[in-house]
Amino acid sequence: MMTDIPLIFSLPLIISCFLCLYRVFRGPTPADRIVAVDILGILVVGFCALFTIYTPRKFFMDIGIAWAVLGFIGALALAKYLEGKGFDE
Amino acid sequence: MSEIVAVIGKIFLIVGLAFDLLGCIGLVRLPDVYNRLQASTKCVTLGTCFILFGTFLLSGFLWKSILAIVFIVMSSPTGAHAIAHAAHRSGIKLWEKSVVDKLKEDKK
Amino acid sequence: MKKLVLGIISFLCWMVLTWTLYLPSLLVGLVVSMFIALWFGDVFVERARNFFQIKRLAYLLYYIPLFTYYCLLANFDVAYRVLHPALPIEPGIVKVKTTLTNTTAKVALANSITLTPGTLSVEMTDDGYLYVHWIKVRTRDVEEATEMIIRKFEKVLKEIFE
Repeated sequence: MMTDIPLIFSLPLIISCFLCLYRVFRGPTPADRIVAVDILGILVVGFCALFTIYTPRKFFMDIGIAWAVLGFIGALALAKYLEGKGFDE
Repeated sequence: MSEIVAVIGKIFLIVGLAFDLLGCIGLVRLPDVYNRLQASTKCVTLGTCFILFGTFLLSGFLWKSILAIVFIVMSSPTGAHAIAHAAHRSGIKLWEKSVVDKLKEDKK
Repeated sequence: MKKLVLGIISFLCWMVLTWTLYLPSLLVGLVVSMFIALWFGDVFVERARNFFQIKRLAYLLYYIPLFTYYCLLANFDVAYRVLHPALPIEPGIVKVKTTLTNTTAKVALANSITLTPGTLSVEMTDDGYLYVHWIKVRTRDVEEATEMIIRKFEKVLKEIFE
């Protein structure tokens, strides 16, 4: 219905994703990389919200919610890995 | 009426996108893990919440996006806390110009 | 009682997610949320009676705008620090003491600290001390830091959760 949202709105998100990727490549410590990946996961939820607006397909919102859940669990697992305790605790 | 709602939704969308971009600039510019975590978590969480609220207004009151806002506000700080905790446990130093580290002092 | 609360919450989530009144869909949601409630009711909910007290819900409604205000303030703060060419930061980890005892209240407090101006919760001990990473350290004293960082949320959270 709201097809007058131009694609240019997604440009800031794309630039943000590239900044995150820069931090993933350059990050001096593993923790920097984990932070950047976590933030990238939340940015993808923003992409899903934009797709919900400017395409007629409403199911992108469901994808966004599922992505948020999976990104959260992934961040927790990566934090456990960083702590060096293994996954069985 | 619906036009006013659409304009408000677009304003929310633009502000949210600006905050997302600022958070990622902070991720690149700030000097160590903890500062990066602060800037990026705060700005990207609130920015994405604004984008989702704009979606709620622009796509005909889609209540799913409110559920997504609640979930992100609850989960994202928890993830940031877990990463900060693990980084400090695994011995990643603070920035060299940091003024105080009570946690390290108390652990000795 | 505990199971009833969790069942209602999960069924509401199902209703919002599907957003339809088609009868088979509602029945599936009812069965699934019933199973979830039976399995996890004792784990998820601590004190079920608190969910039905009007005073707590009113304080929760008061807490949401307060939290949103500080969240917005935090974002403008970060924007100022990030865009300033000289990076006006002075980071450090300080220690604050909370008087909250309930686990849910402590989690809510830690999350609120993370999303409000300049602070990030790093570690929490069992005897009520929180270690907070502060982007601009203004005091190193425990009492003053407690006053500056968490006092404003602690009062409201105590009314909500304890």
